[in-house]
Amino acid sequence: MTLPKYQKVIFYLLLTVSAVVIFAPAVIAFSMSFMPNQDIMSGRIIPTTFTLDNYVAVFDRFPLFNFLLNSLIVSVVIMIGQLVLSSLAAYAFVFLEFKGRDILFFVFIATMMVPFEASIIPNFQTIRDMGWINTYTGLTLPFFAMAFGTFLLRQSFKQIPKELKEASEIAGIGDLKFYLTVVLPMAKTSLVTLGVYGFLTSWNMYLWPLLATTDDTTRTVQIGLRQLQSQEQLNEWGVIMAGAIIVVLPTLILLFLGQKKLQKGLAEGALK
Amino acid sequence: MSDLTVQIDKDYTKEFGKAKKLQRLKSFFKGVLFLLPSIILFSVFLFYPLFKTLYLSLFLTDASGATTVFVGLDNYQAIFTSPLFLKSLEVTFLFVLYTVPGTVIVSLFLAVLANEKLRGIGIFRTLFSSTMGISVAAASVFWMFLFHPTMGWLNQLLENLGIEAIGWLTDPDWALISVSISTIWMNLGFTFLILLGGLQSIDSYLYESADIDGASYFYKLRRITIPMLSPTLFFVITVSFINAFQTFGQVDMLTRGGPQNETNVIVYSIYQEAFRNYQHGAASAQAIVLFIVILLLTLIQFKLGERKVHYQ
Repeated sequence: MTLPKYQKVIFYLLLTVSAVVIFAPAVIAFSMSFMPNQDIMSGRIIPTTFTLDNYVAVFDRFPLFNFLLNSLIVSVVIMIGQLVLSSLAAYAFVFLEFKGRDILFFVFIATMMVPFEASIIPNFQTIRDMGWINTYTGLTLPFFAMAFGTFLLRQSFKQIPKELKEASEIAGIGDLKFYLTVVLPMAKTSLVTLGVYGFLTSWNMYLWPLLATTDDTTRTVQIGLRQLQSQEQLNEWGVIMAGAIIVVLPTLILLFLGQKKLQKGLAEGALK
Repeated sequence: MSDLTVQIDKDYTKEFGKAKKLQRLKSFFKGVLFLLPSIILFSVFLFYPLFKTLYLSLFLTDASGATTVFVGLDNYQAIFTSPLFLKSLEVTFLFVLYTVPGTVIVSLFLAVLANEKLRGIGIFRTLFSSTMGISVAAASVFWMFLFHPTMGWLNQLLENLGIEAIGWLTDPDWALISVSISTIWMNLGFTFLILLGGLQSIDSYLYESADIDGASYFYKLRRITIPMLSPTLFFVITVSFINAFQTFGQVDMLTRGGPQNETNVIVYSIYQEAFRNYQHGAASAQAIVLFIVILLLTLIQFKLGERKVHYQ
């Protein structure tokens, strides 16, 4: 299906205009992060001089490195927790037959009807009563179990031929070994997709880290950015933008690398 | 001789039945074992909090959130007569009304554009999906500047066009619209990605046969693309609804619920009530209202989507 030339021109025009509009807020921020303050105040688009002062300032005046490390730890721990728990649950739903499986599957579906925001008050009390405020445990543990991840992996485990499971039973291979040596390697693509998705959403989490941290020890970078924005004087936009750019860089890179896989995986998990 | 056979057969069946029962019990335990980590965490952080929220909503609480006096449905009566909460509900519904159609229409437009097989289309796809990788906090910072009364680009643009400046985040008439615009931008990436996936799974022979019949571009869009995309569209619309009801971050960063509570959406209201005013009981009643809204939306999604749609 090739388009006539004039249609092609229209498409490229629309695509370019849309891309400019959509990417503008990020590009403006990126450009501002390299501007000296007087450039920003005078409303320039392109900096007169290129400076890294804003980046130096934000790391210097602010425990940004600490926050980045916290976010990295939190996101990786949540990602691993979700992968382990979702894959174990998906394995049970696909390869094990037992009484009550359908009821349990329904319970998993039911969890999608409970928004985290609606249960945040008791969750905060739980974390506080356990003494988990300002700990990585408090920041990560509530997010390990995940119905969406379980469904996504269940979809992919279903592609694995049942004959393999039967053969492994005859050969006397146990379920745990079958799960580790056959199922997980065969579902690598879906695991990567879920991992990227889990990392992205955890890195960008906002409400829970706001509640579960009260000091800088385990504070994540999103809440750090909130602090930066409210503490900095409003005429220091360059510094704030430098902070924001640092915050989005890891997830943007991850997204650019994994966009194709993510798109396919999310559509599969969502629509099957 | 025949008696003996029967006896053996009987024993054998009995033993067999026992073994089968044992086997079943074993497989039950194995199944539960694989599911146990998820079940425990769902119980602690999802089902228990749900009932606890319901329980808390029937009580007055002290500053630490411990229950003091049982008040029955008084909290509900109080919130539904409180102008602040009613305002919050109104704001939430307006916010949903602005953001859901906005997000879906713009994303659909982008997805249709990016679905063409053109050279370099991959770059556009990546750019359009990019807002998915930008966190609420960072996106809010970007928009905070764009909305800035004097330095912000939006007002500078208006000034160049000879239009009077707008107090994007400070004018009560504009604040919710501004927050909605930034929210649509934040949600575009994800919605675009899902819709593009839906478009790409439409069988290309449909278009080929339409081409043979000489159908125009817009005819194909209306008669093939949109109908074939409807399950995906339906999914995207429900997810957008649910997301809109759960909005918090951009309100916290951009307006703190103000001016004059014009952007005080329900989750922000719950947050204020529970963690600023320490009224865990009243906040729980609000949380139950939010839960019921989301529950209804999810049920509609399951019912109409015939369980085709699964999402968190």
